[in-house]
Amino acid sequence: MHELALLQELCQLAEAAASEQGASRIHRLELRVGELGGVNPDALRQAFAVVAATAPWQSTELQLEVVPTRCFCPHCEQAFAPVDVIHACPRCGQLSHQVIAGRELELVALEVS
Amino acid sequence: MCGTCGCASAETAATSPPRQRLELHQGLLSRNEAQAAANRAHFRRHGLRTLNLLSAPGSGKTAVLEQLARRWPRPPIGVIVGDLATDNDARRLQAAGARAVQIRTGDLCHLDAALVDRAFAQLDSHGLDLLVIENVGNLVCPTAFDLGEERRIAILSVTEGEDKPLKYPALFRSADAVLINKSDLAEAVGFDRRAALANLQAITPQAQLFDVSARTGAGIEAVIAWIESGTNG
Repeated sequence: MHELALLQELCQLAEAAASEQGASRIHRLELRVGELGGVNPDALRQAFAVVAATAPWQSTELQLEVVPTRCFCPHCEQAFAPVDVIHACPRCGQLSHQVIAGRELELVALEVS
Repeated sequence: MCGTCGCASAETAATSPPRQRLELHQGLLSRNEAQAAANRAHFRRHGLRTLNLLSAPGSGKTAVLEQLARRWPRPPIGVIVGDLATDNDARRLQAAGARAVQIRTGDLCHLDAALVDRAFAQLDSHGLDLLVIENVGNLVCPTAFDLGEERRIAILSVTEGEDKPLKYPALFRSADAVLINKSDLAEAVGFDRRAALANLQAITPQAQLFDVSARTGAGIEAVIAWIESGTNG
């Protein structure tokens, strides 16, 4: 629901970085969105399509990488991919509250000219 | 050669500079996180314990705060309360003795750290030792926004069903404490307390769990003791 607010933030970050380099066009945005980042990738793409209809975003491509959730089990001392919303270790069953990946909401890179 | 598609057009080459990749690795919430860190430092300088209170609409956030305002050992408490419209909640809280500032978010579905900073400037914080930020009633969006609070409290009311923590895991996972509110209605609505506790423990094993009734005041003293055990103040 707050994808549009995040997208405004994304545009400001990208525009600032592009203008710092003296670039006038942004061709591509690379985003990493964790499964636990609280953002729906489809909603983000739709919001981006709205924003991308205006200059200087025309023909800007959005590349979105969804980062799967990974947790750490302190008992087994190993990382694991939880099978559902309950972060139980598949080896020992212990509940983990150490999320080591999946919370990302990151602008990785831009392609500009 | 043209910098866009590699064609041999000299004209295009003159107007299209080559593409350049800029590595940024910047968090989309980085500005909010910086403001939240500034808020946290600001609240600490004021000697405030700070809580971010989250739940679905109608779970009883304001009613819990009315109880807290009446029972807090060193009144008054300070409250920043967010809603899409009206200042009804601020007036209810003021009637219960709190110093309350209302944020009307318009169509914004969550509070952010900048909104809280501006609202705090309107609050007379002299003599306060507890500040509660009552978030917009929403189990999704507020989760991602750090407001500069010390701890988070989520409310699950018995009328919402036992599986709410499984349906909205992110919010409950981010909570330091969960209040199971409207416990006086549990029997009437057939609330399966054991199942609710099991779900909460599965989603948020580290959170403190409290049974409360904002209507009767049951369980509020235990919540106050937990708040008092915080590190600030």
